[in-house]
Amino acid sequence: MQHEEDFDANLAGEEGQSEETRSRWFKRIKKGILTSTAEKKEAPDGLWTKCPNCKYTCTVLELREHLFVCPKCNYHHRIGSQEYFEILFDENRYEEMFANVRSIDFLGFSDLRPYSKRLKEAYAKTGLHDSISVGVGKLSGNDLVVACMDFNFIGGSLGSVMGEKIARAADFCLEHNFPLMIISKSGGARMMESAFSLMQLAKTSGKLAQLADARIPYISLCTDPTYGGTTASFAMLGDVNLAEPSARIGFAGPRVIKETIKKELPLGFQSSEFVMEHGFLAIIVDRKGLKDRLAKLLVLFKN
Amino acid sequence: MPELKQRQFLEFEKPIKELYDQVEQLRHMAEKNQKVDYSNAIQQLEQSILEKRKEITQHLTAWQKVQMSRHPDRPYTLSYIKRISKNFVELHGDRHVRDDKAMVGGFAQLGGHTVMFVGQQKGVNTKMRTMRNFGMANPEGYRKALRLMKLAEKFNKPIVTLIDTPGAFPGIEAEERGQGEAIARNIFEMIRLKVPVICVIIGEGASGGALGIGVGDRVLMMENTWYTVISPESCSSILWRSWDMKEKAAEELKLTPEHMLKFGLVDAIIPEPLGGAHWNYDEAAAILKSHLLKVIEEVKAIPAEERVRQRIAKFSKMGFWEEREENEVHG
Repeated sequence: MQHEEDFDANLAGEEGQSEETRSRWFKRIKKGILTSTAEKKEAPDGLWTKCPNCKYTCTVLELREHLFVCPKCNYHHRIGSQEYFEILFDENRYEEMFANVRSIDFLGFSDLRPYSKRLKEAYAKTGLHDSISVGVGKLSGNDLVVACMDFNFIGGSLGSVMGEKIARAADFCLEHNFPLMIISKSGGARMMESAFSLMQLAKTSGKLAQLADARIPYISLCTDPTYGGTTASFAMLGDVNLAEPSARIGFAGPRVIKETIKKELPLGFQSSEFVMEHGFLAIIVDRKGLKDRLAKLLVLFKN
Repeated sequence: MPELKQRQFLEFEKPIKELYDQVEQLRHMAEKNQKVDYSNAIQQLEQSILEKRKEITQHLTAWQKVQMSRHPDRPYTLSYIKRISKNFVELHGDRHVRDDKAMVGGFAQLGGHTVMFVGQQKGVNTKMRTMRNFGMANPEGYRKALRLMKLAEKFNKPIVTLIDTPGAFPGIEAEERGQGEAIARNIFEMIRLKVPVICVIIGEGASGGALGIGVGDRVLMMENTWYTVISPESCSSILWRSWDMKEKAAEELKLTPEHMLKFGLVDAIIPEPLGGAHWNYDEAAAILKSHLLKVIEEVKAIPAEERVRQRIAKFSKMGFWEEREENEVHG
């Protein structure tokens, strides 16, 4: 809750810059961090990083060893799909699936920049295929399909590709009788795909209904942030809904709520702890304990 | 023709207003002076009003469609239910928290069928608008809708949802009670309901708030409505970082019934009376009814399991993507 971020801005590919922050008197000439997730693994040991919560400074290597959780205050840094796969799959062995399903600018959508240009920039910046990656592998010896979002890629926005990849992941689970896990990290729907992005809520929910009928476990992990269309569909539909500590989870973004009700929001509003307190999460789990907890659950579902 | 005490006119409806005022004036004069026969002049003017109504609705921009869907004189859910069905019994409450007045529903007789109606309800005056929360339901509204739909399923009755909402309500209590979960649950349950589900956008179809009662075997849109993932105003504010680009946002979002039909995201467009549903509630309702009866028959004929299979398959097809290895974007 330390920094108030504008999720909407990420959906516009603006890296959390709200109107207030953009009107500062200085201007960044170069773009921010340009390292793609794939390249991050080679981060030099000597690089230092500061925790945005407690300002504790440590090396990237140390942070990586702690699964990108601050060793001092337990702040969970935002990480990408490759990092989650590395944490969850045994010996980091997994097969990425459906990577060739790619976005197209079907509507010819253009706001301040054309959607096609935003896509190109997102590819260049992240080295990713889209805002979600699907991996299949073993977690402590248990088969598991994990669909994981990347917030770097247009705010982890839910578009046709995310819908299609989740649908295919579910089909794969149906065929092989593997459990499904979705790791949500998204500001909401991809507006540049208009109504098509909205319909992904129904598309993915339909697939989850088929999984439910086949008695195949579906686990949802909400990470920071989980908003909009993701919350209003698969993120809240898990047989088990998990969340990382202090993640922000909600339907409407804080800015919209504040503007509507014209009141300040209470401290801790829409945090994992708040959402759990109100009964919508089964467990809040530290990233360090995530794999163990999942392994237990998967075995319990099986036996 | 006029059922409303005082008509309200949108900016682009002003040419109609001029003619309309003239008719009123002539009527007034006719009342005062019985000797002169004004009926011819009135008839002529009414004819030109009809033509104007036709002319104006023929060339609406995307933003004007949005404005039409929000027309202050436009009929709302209960107006339609009252006109198209008999023996409507409204059923309240979600049996958890409270009765959400922004969402209404109940059993009624539609043609030869008992159906369950569910829909958002907007208020007709300032007091009612507040009571109805401007058609923005809270989680308890979506849970009420689901309760009623499950009731319909239990007694094997078709469901008709009438959608008209600027969105699900964004508030503190709404979040506390799980707005996202409520909508997600509705979508998840609706897609596998064993009875026919027909959804009609009768006004505004804004995002998850609309889809929360919008997953059906057939989804229809009335002529002067819109349906997409975000309101043009919010889209403008997020993508253009300004509230002034709503017209452009409406264009870019391609949110009109014509676009939605072309994309295969809805199944049909229901025509409205010339100039829009607000010119003639009865006629608008009659057209809606004839479409509903036809579609209900059609969907009812499909066996239940096959119907669910088709419903899931229909939404599974939605989306656009291509399969390619490299990061090259084609528009």
